[in-house]
Amino acid sequence: MGRFHRHDDGTVHAHDDEDGHAHGEDHSGYQTGAERVEVLERIFGENDKTAAANRAAFAASGVRAVNLMSSPGAGKTTLLRETLSRLAGQVRIGIIEGDIETSLDADRLAGLGAAVTLINTGNGFGGECHLDAPMVASALPRLPLAQLDLVLIENVGNLVCPAEFDVGQDARAMVYAITEGEEKPLKYPVMFRSCELVVVNKMDLLPYLDFDLDAFAGNLRKVNPAAEVLYVSARTGEGVGAWCDWLRARL
Amino acid sequence: MHELSICSSIADIARRRADGRTISVINVRVGQLRQIVPDTLVYCWTLISEETPLAGSRIVVESVPARIRCRSCEHTADLGDLPSFACAACGGIDVEIVAGEEFLITSLELADEGAGS
Repeated sequence: MGRFHRHDDGTVHAHDDEDGHAHGEDHSGYQTGAERVEVLERIFGENDKTAAANRAAFAASGVRAVNLMSSPGAGKTTLLRETLSRLAGQVRIGIIEGDIETSLDADRLAGLGAAVTLINTGNGFGGECHLDAPMVASALPRLPLAQLDLVLIENVGNLVCPAEFDVGQDARAMVYAITEGEEKPLKYPVMFRSCELVVVNKMDLLPYLDFDLDAFAGNLRKVNPAAEVLYVSARTGEGVGAWCDWLRARL
Repeated sequence: MHELSICSSIADIARRRADGRTISVINVRVGQLRQIVPDTLVYCWTLISEETPLAGSRIVVESVPARIRCRSCEHTADLGDLPSFACAACGGIDVEIVAGEEFLITSLELADEGAGS
């Protein structure tokens, strides 16, 4: 095992002479037989393959899928309840509900005419903080896709990880609540940039908050100038019609 | 926050590419716009790899700054720490990201068997 060598920082490894040292050290003349294998493989490759299969499965049934993301407590489930009530009898909706633990949100969506299936991500090591394409693939057999027009995927409440994973959706939208503060687009630019639509929720609270709507809109424009923005209150129903129209326009 | 599941994906790719040979280093390229914390990735790797044939291997992260190019005036610049995707030269908002979204395994360094002699 003479091909291994120890670096000053205590790490031990081996590599060949041709590929140079990432550590800026001079090992010239040091003979090792270790080999470097070029890989150049995308780490999300497997996820993206499954996402493409999900997308094809939705398309084969004539279903459009929307990946709905937000921080915890922004109002995704309340917005979905209101959405299901309004679109009942017009649009056949399936819901994939992602939560780390509990069926509380799925229970809130039951009895409103939609096919609801739950993914609890807590089975993994510590609980996954997002939905990925294989999780959504595992939920698809539980939905009657052939009898649906639209699948709404309610992602795990989190402004970081869900933005990284393609689950096979046709569009990404997020719910943002004005109680979260104006600076959130700057703090979570990847999430805000990943979405075609930002639904600004809890507008009924505007009179009670020191919330600068123009500052928020300016911050959002900095990270995602192309995003559509809708201002709603899922609680009072204000603006929810425009969100339903946006969904209908996707079909 | 999702480094654990990412390490599982890395382990799958590394195992397949190493094809039974012992890996000492996995070189990973991570763009600034990937929300990966390098230290967390390195730490999670020790959790994922321990008591597997990958135990003792290390992840080495190469970070890539995000760069945007303005489609109007062609000005290209690093994004920097405060994320504004507007062009710093002309203020245009029609920009493309030319670097910073990378997330791949670039190479594996194998321990010794089968190489050299």
